[in-house]
This record gives sequence, C-alpha cells and structure tokens, in this order.
Amino acid sequence: MEGARRRLLGWLPELFMALALIVLPFLCYALLGSVDLLTRILIWGIFGLGFDLLFGFTGLLSFGQAAFYGCGGFVTAYLLTSGDLSNVWLAMAAGIASAAAFSVIVGILALRRVGIYFAMITLAFGELSYFLENSPLAHWTGGENGLPGVPAPRLHFGSFVYSFSGSWASYELIAAFFFVGFVFARFVVRSPVGDVLNAIRQNPLRTAALGHDVHAYKLSVFVLAAIFAGCAGALLGIFQGYMPPNAFTLETSGQLVIQTVIGGAGTLIGPTIGAAIWLVLRQVLQQLPAIGSLWLFILGLVFVLLVTFLPKGIVGATARLGSKFPFFELRPVVTDAFQGEKGTAQALLAPFSTAGTRGSSPAELALHVRNVSKAYGGIHAVEGVSLELPAGRFHAIIGPNGAGKSTFLRLLNCEERPDTGRILLNGIDITGIGVTRAHQHGLAKSFQINQLFPQFTVRQNLRIGALSRLRGPLRLDVFRPADGFSKIELMLAALLDRLGLTPSADVRVSSLPYGEKRRLELGLALASRPSVLLLDEPLAGLSPHEREGIKRLIQDVRGGRTIVLVEHDMDAVFQLAERITVLHEGRKLAEGTPQEISADRRVREAYLGGIAA
Amino acid sequence: MPTLPQFLSQAFNGVALGSLLALISCGLTIILGTLGVLNFAHGAMFMVGAYVAFVVLAAFHSFAAALVLGALTLLVFGFALERGLIRLYYDRPHEDQILVTFGLAIMMIEAVHYAFGGESQRVPVPPWGRGIVHLHFFVYPLYRVEAIGLAAVILLAFYLLLYRTRIGLVVRAGIEDPLMVQLLGTNVRRAFMVVFSIGCMAAGIAGVIYAPLAAVIPNMGEQFLVQCFVVVVIGGLGSFPGAIVGGLVVGQILSLTTLFNPAYAQAAIYAVMTLVLIIRPRGLFGTMGRA
Repeated sequence: MEGARRRLLGWLPELFMALALIVLPFLCYALLGSVDLLTRILIWGIFGLGFDLLFGFTGLLSFGQAAFYGCGGFVTAYLLTSGDLSNVWLAMAAGIASAAAFSVIVGILALRRVGIYFAMITLAFGELSYFLENSPLAHWTGGENGLPGVPAPRLHFGSFVYSFSGSWASYELIAAFFFVGFVFARFVVRSPVGDVLNAIRQNPLRTAALGHDVHAYKLSVFVLAAIFAGCAGALLGIFQGYMPPNAFTLETSGQLVIQTVIGGAGTLIGPTIGAAIWLVLRQVLQQLPAIGSLWLFILGLVFVLLVTFLPKGIVGATARLGSKFPFFELRPVVTDAFQGEKGTAQALLAPFSTAGTRGSSPAELALHVRNVSKAYGGIHAVEGVSLELPAGRFHAIIGPNGAGKSTFLRLLNCEERPDTGRILLNGIDITGIGVTRAHQHGLAKSFQINQLFPQFTVRQNLRIGALSRLRGPLRLDVFRPADGFSKIELMLAALLDRLGLTPSADVRVSSLPYGEKRRLELGLALASRPSVLLLDEPLAGLSPHEREGIKRLIQDVRGGRTIVLVEHDMDAVFQLAERITVLHEGRKLAEGTPQEISADRRVREAYLGGIAA
Repeated sequence: MPTLPQFLSQAFNGVALGSLLALISCGLTIILGTLGVLNFAHGAMFMVGAYVAFVVLAAFHSFAAALVLGALTLLVFGFALERGLIRLYYDRPHEDQILVTFGLAIMMIEAVHYAFGGESQRVPVPPWGRGIVHLHFFVYPLYRVEAIGLAAVILLAFYLLLYRTRIGLVVRAGIEDPLMVQLLGTNVRRAFMVVFSIGCMAAGIAGVIYAPLAAVIPNMGEQFLVQCFVVVVIGGLGSFPGAIVGGLVVGQILSLTTLFNPAYAQAAIYAVMTLVLIIRPRGLFGTMGRA
C-alpha cells in the first residue's frame, strides 16, 4: 500500500512536466503572441538536461559543450541541405551519432585530467571546433554564413502527412523531444548509474575504491551529455530553418554554464529555468532604453552573486524553502529493524564467494605478498616485506609512526603499485591492477581517515559499496531504480542492523556524529562482502566506549574473512589478532603470535618500550 | 613554398606574439600555481589594459604614461578583486572559482562595451615606434621589435621578483605546497594577495603593449585567454619558465602555420596541446603535485 503510493508519487515530476508543457504555450501565446520564446527555452533545456547530468550530478565542469551542440546541428543541417538525405529523422540520428562519436575522442583526452585541467581542455576543444567549422570545413558548413534552408521533419500516417513546420508545430516537436529527454534523464538519476555518478562528484577516490570504474562512468556521462547537446543542436537548425555558426562559439558553452548555475545545477529542471530567465530577461530588459544595453552585465552580476551566495541556484533555493512545507517532501521510508533470523543475516553478509567457482584448494593462501618494496624519492617506505595469510587469518601489523604500515596497506589495496614484488589474492596476481579491479576480486579497505559520501544517506553510502559486487565495474542499467536489487536491499538492512546504524539509516552522512561515521566507514568496506578486509586504524579518534563497540563489530563480522589490521591501540591488537607482524623503518622486524611478539626483545626495544616489560 | 624573407618575417611575428602570450600566461600561471584559482577573467584584464592605453593615449599622447597607468589600474583592480571576492573562494571547489571569474569576465566585457561601444578602437603606434627596421634581406615594423623588447624587459623583472626576492621565494614555495608554507608560519594569504594583483598587472601591461597592433574591442581578450590555456597546458601548470617557453612555442606555431595555411593556424596549437597531453600530461615544466 505504502509502496504503491510512493511509486505513484515518484511519477509526479513527470506529470507536472507534461501539464506544464501543455499549459505554458497557451500562456506564452497570450502574453507574447507567439510560442517561439518557449520553443527556444526548451531547446536550451534539452541541451541543459545533458549538461546537468555531466556537471550538476557528476561534477564535471565542461566549457566545450558547444562543440557537440554545433556538431549535431551542422551534420544534420549539412545532410539535409546538401540533398544527401531527405529524411529529417535519419539526418538527426546521424547528427546525434556524430556528436557522440566526437565526444568519445574529446572525452578520452579531457577526462585524463580533473577539475581545472578538464575545464581548460574542454574549452580548448570547443574553440578548436569553432575554428574548424569556420575555415577548414567552410566548404561543408558555409563558414561564417552557416547553413540556410534546413527543412522540418514530417510524420506519415498512412496517406496523411503532418509537417512540423511553423511556430506551433515546431513547439510540439521540440516539447516532445524535451519531455522524452526529461523522462530519460529522470530515469538516469534514479538508477544505480545516477547513484554512482553522484558518488563520483562527492568522492571520486572512494567510488573507485568501492569497485566502480570511475573513468568509464565519466566517459559514459560525457557521451550522454553530448547526445543531448547534439539533439538540441539539430533541433535548433530545424526550428530556425537555418544552422548558425555561432552555435560553436564559447558564448554558447558559457551561456549553457550560466543558465545551469542560475537555475540550479543538479536539479535537471534548473538549466531550463535558467534559460527562461536568460531569454526573458534579455527580451524584457532590451525594451527599457535606460538599461537595455546592460542586460548581459546585469545577468553577469546576478550570476556572480548566485555563485557566491546561493550555490544551488534558484531551483535549489526554492526547494529549500519548499521543504519547510511537509507536503512537498516524500515521507522517508519507515525503517524497519532487520526482521530475519541471525543465521540469515550471517549468510547475507558472508564473504562473496569467488573462490568456490574457481575451485581453489583450501591450502591456497588468501593473501600472498612476496617481497614488496616502495620508495618515494630517496625514502624507502616499504622494503622487501613478505606476508603469507591463509584464508580466515586475522593478522595485525604494528610498528612505530613512519614504519610504513599505511603505505603497506595501500600497496595491498592496489592504490599504489609496488616498485618490486608481487601480491597474490586467492592465487591471482593482483599486483598493480588498480584499486577498482582489486575490489572486484574481493578486496576491501576501511580508510584511516573517513572517506564517505557526505550528501548521501547512510543507506545510500552502503548501497554504493554493495552495487559494484552485483553490477561489476561498469553497467549502464539506467531503467532500473537504484534500490531495485532486492538482494542488495535485504543485505543492506542486515548490514545496517549489524553496524547499529538502523535508526540513522536515512540520515544524511554530513549530519552524523563522528562515532557513527567511523562505523559507516567500516560498513562501506563490508558492503561488498569482501573475502579479504584491510582495516587502517579503525579505532582512530574514538572514545574508549566507542572502541569497544568497533572491536565487537570487527569480531562480529569476521565470519571466515581474512583480515589485515593496522592499529596503534595495542590492547585491541593483542586481543583480536592471531598473528602480528612488526614493521620498523619499512622492514619486517618480527612476526609471530601475540605471545611471541610481546616476548620478543627486539620488538620491545624498537617499539613497545616499557609496556610489555 | 614561402621565400626565406617571408619565413623570417613570420618567425619574427611569432616571437612578437609569443612574447605577449608569455607575458599574459605568466600572470595566469602564477595565480593558478599559487592560489589554485584558474582566472577566467584574465583575458578581460588584458582587454582592460588595452582600453586604458586607448584612453590615456587619447588624453596625454604619452605611451609611457599609458604603460604606467595601465599597470597601476590593473594592479589596483586585481588587489580590490582579491580582497573583495576571490578571497572568499579559496576554500571552495575549483569549479566555483572558475564560475565566479567567468562571471566577472562577462561583467568586465559588458561594462566596457557599455562605456565604449562595440566598434573597434584604433590605438596609434607611439612616435618612436613608427617606421621599419632594415635587416639584411628583409624589413620589419619597428614597433613589433620594440614590443618584443618591452615584453622581455617586463618578463625579466618578473623573473627577478620571483627568483631573487623574499616574496618570490614564498610564492615559489606556495606553488609547490601552499599548506606547508602556511604551517611553517608564513602568511600565505598575504602572498596570494600580491600574486593575484601582480598577475593581473602582467595581463594589463600586455594589453597596453599589444593595443597599437590590434583592433581594440570589448571581447578581444577571449581568444588570448584560450590561447593562454593552451600555453599553460603545454608549459605546465604553475610554471613560470613553462609559461615563457610555452608562449614562444605557441606564438611560433600560430605564425608559421599561417604562412602555409592560415585556416589551420588555430587548429595547429590545439593539435600540439593534445599531443603534449598524451605524451607528457604534466606539461613541459610542470610538477605532478597539483592537478
């Protein structure tokens, strides 16, 4: 009952959008005597839907989207005006495909870098395409004149032909594309893909460490944004009957960025609202003689003020205001405590078995480290350390500060490549395969400093960890809701229960107390049901009471896992570990049972000092 | 095939353009390296410098006055901007910094457009720059030679400031690791203020020098901004020598490609940038520290 209500409510935005697209043109016509303004807003809106997925959701600020807008528009316009194609739909498809193909090339180059570099490189490619259009390709693109005479598409119903030419028919065509684009974009953001993209914006390194191929997801969303851009460009040419060369300019890319930020990034509808503000403000302000020529200056000022004081834009600010009125918001899911038997929970959280399918012998080592070394410049952080862990071993690594413990753990987790030596996981060589693939092989690490997704709820955080186990490093399952894997949802309930986080399951992580964040950090590593778990100082910064809780939790979740623990809390180490390795200045100083280590004279001299004496 | 004199004169043009690109880019790159802010308004600073030259030359007929006033205007403007706005952005994501400077650029361009209109303004070549230089087998406009000299002198001054003074030491250390400099008890934020002002000044001076050679229009800085991005990517982010070498390289590519096919001049620099990104992503002189 509740579920059905929620499912219906989930379609409300689509319903509102459909109503708005039906009602607004009449309003626009009544006010202005033409619907063309609204049509233009929607073309920018389609362009903006893709850009919002790229920038608002994934956090990739591109200043070169005009390249794909222009590419889609000009390929479509050229095919139609040159007479190579007479079917407008096919020409549009070709234009969109070219924009997508171009974006693959640009994406591969630009996505090698992040942040500042990404913005610079996309901008440079945008300018490059403008110059290419303008002179070397002028024979095909008309250079500075653009391409006039782009025909409108037609639909055939038997002998009846409907042509999308003229003001109203163009609106129908473009509103239909906008609606389909909007519904599709909504599917994307609610899907597991949307969750991963969102996670990439918040914490790309942790997303990669949780087994998601960040680079491939970024490239996918970059191409998706280009498809939206190419579609918008093609529609611009069709709507105007003319493809203008300025589609390729930096102004176009810049206008898109400004509209998105003014309207509100990460809201899907924001760029359309921003476009409405831009185009309406231009039309209104230009009527006023006193400030007419200053309209863009005023927009620039509004933009600077919004970036400074209202980073979520107008839609974001409205939503925050709206959230004070409860009927706007969906009621959070009533969180049930995990109902299943203790045995079921144990089974749900048990290490995901990869070993069984490969038929490995029980004698095989879960983790076999052979003689690894890592140096930074002249500093030898880790030098020739070996380790052999049979499956199910609880092993601790101790040593004074700077002994190389954390570096060693980073090497094990494949965050860094050792200079020499090999690392084998269940008999498979994982040396230098990278943290994402290592995670896929059943390795997970909880970090010394919390690496969480602060804008997600606790449950969403854990879901990011769980998704990569079922979905692999990359899957574009955009039509499945993010919570659509019933197996994962059941496991999450069990995990939340185990972590003692059920009451805060739907609380945003940024407002969680530190102790709970620490438990969630451990939970993220557990969510993928790893067979080998690496723990980097899980007790750091906790009160004695909270430490007891985490220690119990670690023992609780062991369930046959191989665990490597790095920890300064000696009581915890000697209580939990079956064997201990002592590192000193990057080398292995001693290894043995807790009794042997506490009796070892060298260890006492180097490290334990008076404690064990 | 172009003749040798044609080739040499284009190569000289390349040096003239390259030295200016180096001058603009060195401001951009030290701001980027020290503050971590990619200043999208840097091209607009260059444009403001050119308009200051236009106004001052029309009023006083003194190029020296234009140079001094252009430098001062941008120094003060940069200072005010850093104190009033940029300062608020140091702890915010890079994307926000890009957005706010991009918004500033639009405001600056539109303000100038409002004050002077969109048509191109002519800035006269100063009297001592008129005429041509006779070299053995080709002739070259005198002012372009002097522009190269001026840019070189100013770049040398920047070099001395960066490598021979205490504040320069702080700035260079700040490019390597701003947090560490702060932890060592140096007021990095004060250095930021100086760097931003001086970086803007460099763009302003370049604008004054370039004004007699170009059509002075409100959005003249945009193309330079993008070319400077290419320079910074090629030379390496935050690297002063990288900006100079990168500027000269980009200037030569633009000029020499024009000799063979003007249509491909702009495309050529992006091709080289792409090549650098593939072969050596950190640029010629960049460090891996910041990225």
